[in-house]
Amino acid sequence: MKPKSIAVVGAAETTELGVIPGLSQLGLHGDAALNAMADAGLKPSDIDGVATAGESPIRVAHYLGITPTWIDGTSIGGCSFLMHVRHAAAAINEGLCRTVLITHGESGKSWIAPTLPPARTPGSLEGQFEAPFGTVWAPSMFTIPVLRYLKHFGITQEQLALVPVIQREWAAMNPRATAKSAITVEDVLSSRMIAYPFRLLMCCLVTDGGGALILTSADRAKDLGRPVYILGTGESAESTMISQMSDFTSSRAFRVSGRKAFEEAGITHDDVDHLMIYDAFAHLPLYGLEDLGFCKPGEAAAFIAERNTAPGGRLPLNTNGGGLSYMHSGMYGMYALQESVRQMRGAAPAQVKGAKISVAHGVGGWFSGSSTIIFSNQAP
Amino acid sequence: MRNAKPLPEPTPETQHFWDGTLVGELRLQRCDTCRKAYFPPRPFCPACGSRSVSIFKASGRGSLYSYVICHKEAPGFTPPYAIAVVQLEEGPRMMANIVECPQTPEALELDMELNVVFVKENDTVTLPLFKPAK
Repeated sequence: MKPKSIAVVGAAETTELGVIPGLSQLGLHGDAALNAMADAGLKPSDIDGVATAGESPIRVAHYLGITPTWIDGTSIGGCSFLMHVRHAAAAINEGLCRTVLITHGESGKSWIAPTLPPARTPGSLEGQFEAPFGTVWAPSMFTIPVLRYLKHFGITQEQLALVPVIQREWAAMNPRATAKSAITVEDVLSSRMIAYPFRLLMCCLVTDGGGALILTSADRAKDLGRPVYILGTGESAESTMISQMSDFTSSRAFRVSGRKAFEEAGITHDDVDHLMIYDAFAHLPLYGLEDLGFCKPGEAAAFIAERNTAPGGRLPLNTNGGGLSYMHSGMYGMYALQESVRQMRGAAPAQVKGAKISVAHGVGGWFSGSSTIIFSNQAP
Repeated sequence: MRNAKPLPEPTPETQHFWDGTLVGELRLQRCDTCRKAYFPPRPFCPACGSRSVSIFKASGRGSLYSYVICHKEAPGFTPPYAIAVVQLEEGPRMMANIVECPQTPEALELDMELNVVFVKENDTVTLPLFKPAK
């Protein structure tokens, strides 16, 4: 896409975050969508494109009273919403629709009318070649590559434990963060073992919440409030089977998606003021920093230890507290996008002063899919 | 059956693999065109797309590429149990459990040599697992 041809004109999360006993999964979509429409000054009748994941886009459209001429139900995990931004940008530029609503809602904690994940049938590849060995949940799959990563680069578990410690510093500045109290490396390493070497504080939260974005052409955005421009986009995928990820020390999907987004945006890493890397587990920021090209292979842990990504550092990372401390409803990508937009609007609780370019990078499944969106707050 | 280990259901494309484990063979496939060995089974080469592929008996030797030790209950497993990825001598990697070995970080050393063992689950399913070579 042409940089800055598309803008985010509406962005909002659900009114509440964390534990929301009063709304179903669909209700969370509705609440977030209404908040985003109010933010943009738009009505359901102004929307003609709908995208969502983990929920039927038709159900969302009908629930909100929208008659779409464009629908995207790409649902490949937590970065689906970043892919929706990329697909929506292409669709609007192609004239398939004018104003796209992307919604997310997940009753991850309260489980009020959730969409059940597709069962791994015993005949699927995962059902035959992974499930029989005890891979029943995300912490037993997403985590499998990390021992190879640690050995290959000579990284310690203490260095891995520093990732949630520093993100908690960001969360402490955010009134909406679920976990705000300071933690130490010792706290992380003495928390309950989940899947060695991962302990509880290295794993994301489980919460309820939702978010929505509204996109339109940059031309139309001029008449709407606080536009944030899309500068570059990328997406890729590798394998739904963690055992078949080609390199356990680096994600191919991350590398390909990131490279596409940076090429499209025409920027260098030094241009980036703010970064979001989907952190379902503590190792994701390490892979993300390296595979996106901010650090050389094996150098992300030292980069974090030198406080480059911490408050006051030169590359503020996961400034909402991330999936580890802010919230994680199951498909966290929407919240990475929301924080990038807040930072570009100058409206984040832990605002990065003068930030002009923000990168949001998402993962779907367990290094299975990836998408990268680069934002700018500078008008074209 | 809720607490039973989830067992594989062979498909036409994978039947040879599960027939192999029943008779104590770890069967991989190799492309007749580009000669690359691959896994999991499919009737064409994932490297070059050729439909000309052959099934062969693998050595059963490999090494421990990576793993986690799960500390949560799972159907058919008693925690803590390791889920490992094995680097096979022939090139492909596959997931497995490591048996005849303490499920501890001290005993499970990355790159340790492993040999396949076949563990019967029922009359139709035998799983390929691995044990330390020494």
